[in-house]
Amino acid sequence: MPGRNTRIKLFHDAVFIGPALLFFITLTLLPFLFGFYYSLTSWNGVSGNAEWVGLDNFVRLFTQDDRFLRSFWFTFRFMMISLLLSNLIGFGFALALTRHLKLTNVLRVSFFMPNILAGLLLGFIWQFIFLRGFPSLGNMTGWSFFKLSWLGDASTGFWGMVIVFVWQISGYLMVIYISALQNVDSSIMEAARIDGAGGFRSLTRIILPLIMPSITVCLFLSLSISFKVFDLNLSLTNGGPFHSTESVTMNIYNEAFQNNRYGLGSAKAVIFFLVVSAITLLQVTLTKRREVQM
Amino acid sequence: MVGNRYSWKTLLLELAIVVCALVFLYPLYLVVLNSFKLFPDIMSRSANWPEAFITDNYVRAWKATNFPNVLFNSAFVTVLSNAGIVLLSSMAAWRLARRAGRGSQIVLLLFVSSMVIPFQSIMIPLMQIGGKLELIGSLPGLVVLYFGLGAPFTIFLYHGFVKSVPTEIEESAIIDGCGMQGLFWKIVFPLLKPITMTAVILNSLWIWNDFLLPVMVLHQAKMYTIPLALYSFFAQYAKQWDMALATLVMSMTPIVALFLGLQRFIIRGITAGSVKG
Repeated sequence: MPGRNTRIKLFHDAVFIGPALLFFITLTLLPFLFGFYYSLTSWNGVSGNAEWVGLDNFVRLFTQDDRFLRSFWFTFRFMMISLLLSNLIGFGFALALTRHLKLTNVLRVSFFMPNILAGLLLGFIWQFIFLRGFPSLGNMTGWSFFKLSWLGDASTGFWGMVIVFVWQISGYLMVIYISALQNVDSSIMEAARIDGAGGFRSLTRIILPLIMPSITVCLFLSLSISFKVFDLNLSLTNGGPFHSTESVTMNIYNEAFQNNRYGLGSAKAVIFFLVVSAITLLQVTLTKRREVQM
Repeated sequence: MVGNRYSWKTLLLELAIVVCALVFLYPLYLVVLNSFKLFPDIMSRSANWPEAFITDNYVRAWKATNFPNVLFNSAFVTVLSNAGIVLLSSMAAWRLARRAGRGSQIVLLLFVSSMVIPFQSIMIPLMQIGGKLELIGSLPGLVVLYFGLGAPFTIFLYHGFVKSVPTEIEESAIIDGCGMQGLFWKIVFPLLKPITMTAVILNSLWIWNDFLLPVMVLHQAKMYTIPLALYSFFAQYAKQWDMALATLVMSMTPIVALFLGLQRFIIRGITAGSVKG
């Protein structure tokens, strides 16, 4: 009776996997596929018919939409600097916090704190710090760093974003690095010390290669989170002044929901997807290769 | 790691890192401190100790944001979304892990590979589909959207965990005549508790703090979650820092309190989730 058995199996499949699959297909897979279709139309989101325009949207993005290309360049620079700083700081904190300090737990909670808050909240908090707190600190200390026109021009806007983002994510990377460092076998470190390896040598030759899987994870996380930054951008600078700090996601959002050009917005979303996938894939392949060599 | 002795070098390191932590927390401290000041005091000397502590900012901000309502909406969406995501994902992941064959491999691959799709790449058509299904403009609709968006990552977490659970218990339960539903809910699901905790922590932080999806779905002020209320407050009362700072502090209080209470679980859960992801 193969029929009955198969029917029972299919019934259990439907009961257990069916609901999740249904929600996933309707709310993730279909939108993803529709996005490719809409990117080839001039759909405005309101009228029912989406007129087919072929690759016109894509041609337009690369030849006429300077603002889109600038938002990409902004996001790319933001990603590179944030990735570098947040990983250095997160790893530095992790190294310090695995040295049996008295206040380890309090410190870990302090550094992790910004990470649990909404990006939107952090942006507003720092708007206050940059606009009110920094001038006051400038008057007290006389340091010119505090007296810059924070968020007032393209460059302080960029660095403002970097500061807040690094402040938010360093603690997150730190806890991942801490758990990796705690798994490094202390007998290996002891052996290295007896063999005369100094602090720096044991760091670069032993610790870093041993925790390479966590480095892959942290680079991946900081890369993909920074590339998709939206809430923080909206609340801190709102893309200004003059769109100079506009991230790609904000550009896509504005194109679709402010200008009501859903077709063009979808084309931007497609390019965004391709670029994010390509960069993360490249990063994971490159760092994974170093894991294998160990 | 090396260096178990607490030497003067360790002491210097500890002092340096404590200074770092104070710098780290200083922005939050300034926001809390200034939220108790009168407006002129905030504007003229924001880095100083308040001339007088007042709570009037909080009273006004509480009313202006309709805070109890906003808090309820956030809790409603977070709790129900979590319940649904855990239900759907644990069942699917268990069946996928226990069921041999190419079919389940393909379905799992579909879920896992969709995790690379940024939300911003699907949001435009998602609003279209959500509109057709009448999910836009209501809190339950938002919850349903989270089911679809949260399932892939949660299934991925559960699947990895289920593979490490031995099958003997389940086999003997089947021999004892246990049905599939009974087997899953009475025996398997309790065993999955550690990964359920991780999933709930990660999904709660995401949903509680999410802004982009709610702002597209909810249009009426009475449905606003905390981030939306905060956003509309800042749009309306730009630069009224006295009320704004009180609103910021009110908005962060629930999650900060929860974090301080459960910090060990939360940090462990987040580390586990990200290392697997």
